[in-house]
Amino acid sequence: MQKRFMAIWFRHLTTDWLTLKQPELKDLPFVFAAPERNRIIITAANAVAEAQGVYRCMAAADAKAITTNLQVLDHIPGKEAKLLRQLGLWCIRYSPIVAVDLPDGLILDISGCAHLWGGERGYLKEIVNKLRASGYDARAAIADTVGTAWAVARFGKKTPIIESGMQAQALLNLPPIALRLEPIILEKLQKLGFSTIKSFMQLPRTVLRRRFGEGFLLRLAQALGLENEHITPLVPPVPYAERLPCLEPIRTAKAIEIAIQKLLEGLCTRLQSEGKGIRKATLKCYRIDGKLVQAGISTNRGSHSVSHLFKLFELQINKIEPALGIELFLLEAYRVEDVDVLQEKLWAGNPGLQDTALAELLDKLAGKIGAHAIHRYLPAEHYWPERAVKEAASLKETPATIWRTDRLRPLRMLREPEPIEVMALLPDYPPKVFTYKGRRHVVEKADGPERIEREWWRDKGEHRDYYAVEDTSGQRYWLFRLGHYDAAPQWYLHGFLA
Amino acid sequence: MTAAPDRKELISRLQKDILQWEGYKAPASGTRELVGLGPVEGAFPNGVFPLGTVHELVCGNTEQATACGGFVSGLLSVLMQNGGASLWIGLSGNVFPQTLKVFGVDPDRVIFINLSKDKDVLWVMEEALKCAGLAAVVGEVREIDFKQSRRLQLAVEQSHVTGFILRNWSNKMGTTACAARWKIKPLPSETLDGLPGLGFPRWQIELLRVRNGQPGNWIMEWSQGRFKPVSKPVVKHQELMAG
Repeated sequence: MQKRFMAIWFRHLTTDWLTLKQPELKDLPFVFAAPERNRIIITAANAVAEAQGVYRCMAAADAKAITTNLQVLDHIPGKEAKLLRQLGLWCIRYSPIVAVDLPDGLILDISGCAHLWGGERGYLKEIVNKLRASGYDARAAIADTVGTAWAVARFGKKTPIIESGMQAQALLNLPPIALRLEPIILEKLQKLGFSTIKSFMQLPRTVLRRRFGEGFLLRLAQALGLENEHITPLVPPVPYAERLPCLEPIRTAKAIEIAIQKLLEGLCTRLQSEGKGIRKATLKCYRIDGKLVQAGISTNRGSHSVSHLFKLFELQINKIEPALGIELFLLEAYRVEDVDVLQEKLWAGNPGLQDTALAELLDKLAGKIGAHAIHRYLPAEHYWPERAVKEAASLKETPATIWRTDRLRPLRMLREPEPIEVMALLPDYPPKVFTYKGRRHVVEKADGPERIEREWWRDKGEHRDYYAVEDTSGQRYWLFRLGHYDAAPQWYLHGFLA
Repeated sequence: MTAAPDRKELISRLQKDILQWEGYKAPASGTRELVGLGPVEGAFPNGVFPLGTVHELVCGNTEQATACGGFVSGLLSVLMQNGGASLWIGLSGNVFPQTLKVFGVDPDRVIFINLSKDKDVLWVMEEALKCAGLAAVVGEVREIDFKQSRRLQLAVEQSHVTGFILRNWSNKMGTTACAARWKIKPLPSETLDGLPGLGFPRWQIELLRVRNGQPGNWIMEWSQGRFKPVSKPVVKHQELMAG
């Protein structure tokens, strides 16, 4: 498919922004200025100032002489980039690939997008009108190449839409500056009397290269479409995504449900044909007031089942606030994994962790109570009790080592050992009596000690001597003494044995 | 007059049907002991431990809750024999997975869910009990009322999953729709020939309430990977000192 690009030029980007913030400045001439080589140079002028003959790169002192009531404001470094980023994010509703073109423009890759707005003319009108309505003086152009679109947006006199393959004709009458050249080359061209692109386009390449260098030829070739030009998207495009623009803004839960169903049907058909399944997906809803609301889901196993994924999104619908209405839905699956369809058939109905019903149940639970509450543990090769188990990454992960049963361990282990008071007959004997939570327990039977050393490469501290004890009524506890018994050691209760 | 025996037959058949719907399956030949509880299983209708129902275990303190945990793990080991997975929904989240292996359960086939509210536990439990692929679901709650237990019972009637409710630190004893109510208490263990050290875990198993069955009281030990009934009366420490 032929690539199509759109360039948007904001003629008064920063001044428009300030006018929006301070409407009283609307009819006053004002400029932004910054010091440069001991002079104050204007970096941006608003439309009123430009009408009175004040332009960029002029010294502020000269401008003040021309316009008496000129206001000179401090240039805000980095403001353009910030504003363009915001505008670019807003433009994502028109095309997924939007790039910032510093200092005053945006580039959109609109290949295959325009038909949703009834052709390129309607598409361009829609964007420019929306931008102008929001207070930014914008001009835009569409062409096959970034270079031509850029040139026509800024210097074009006739139509803003350049038909496919007509770049050369469109560029003929434009000045050389439209080719995004460096100032030093522009100066050279001006000295030689090249006032339009037409005057040097037909010259032999060797001549041009000798005089103006490789960069000049590259720019020319890029504008004509002989060389590829890559743009860096503001938001990296997600390979598995589905868009649904709405003719009328959507406000009801039922309509959102229908939208989700439609998006999922489209995306799942594609995933199924490629043998993939969604692990994580986000539904982005662009509202007409310019805000973005989103809802995310995640699954334990890759899934391309519309009914299951829809159930997960259904739990999230109440979190989507439509306000005045949603104009675009975007479903992005930003994490997918391979799903073995055959295997799924084989495992269906089989009890165990590979059961599809279990994976779907866990997804549903995670949607309601949060994934942080759900755990599965695997053995880890550590003696230190707190590290003897580790969290499993997925349902598929199998134990790498065996579960050890040769040591006595409690069935319920406290997260933090709790200090207790004990009385032992001899320093290295198990306690005879201990008090836990105000209750006295007389120890009848005891096993131990089992000394567990700290992993010195991880943390510092004393070792623990564990005792398993049983009191007179048969209740069993897991106690330990921290460190050696020479200097009044502290005892702790760490768990309950079954 | 021929109607009378017919009616009797009809009623007994209907009663059998009701039992079956409630999860009490008639014993198949050769499978007398279903969960390895020995004499305890005789207390249930048809002499079969009811699977596919909800059991309720009452624990007064953490020590009893631990004993309950051990008892339930012993049952889980049988239920999960065919490679099934189960869910353990906890309030405290302090079950140490490694120890489950001692009771014959593969800890990596248990999914732990840690929650703080009874309401959430019951919601998760109900959803889980509807999932026919699970072997069993264990839920720890503080309180459960009749309505909530009915919901759980209705869920298992569809899916035939076995549910265990551990009522921790509960002080009220309201009626519930559960098939059985148990109370498990730890008992002093005994070692061979009075050697020092700890013996096998020993529990007092009380079946407080059972639908269509006989409540009872047993002493069991967990040794060598299975339940072992203890017939010998336990000699209390105090009595020993007095005598």
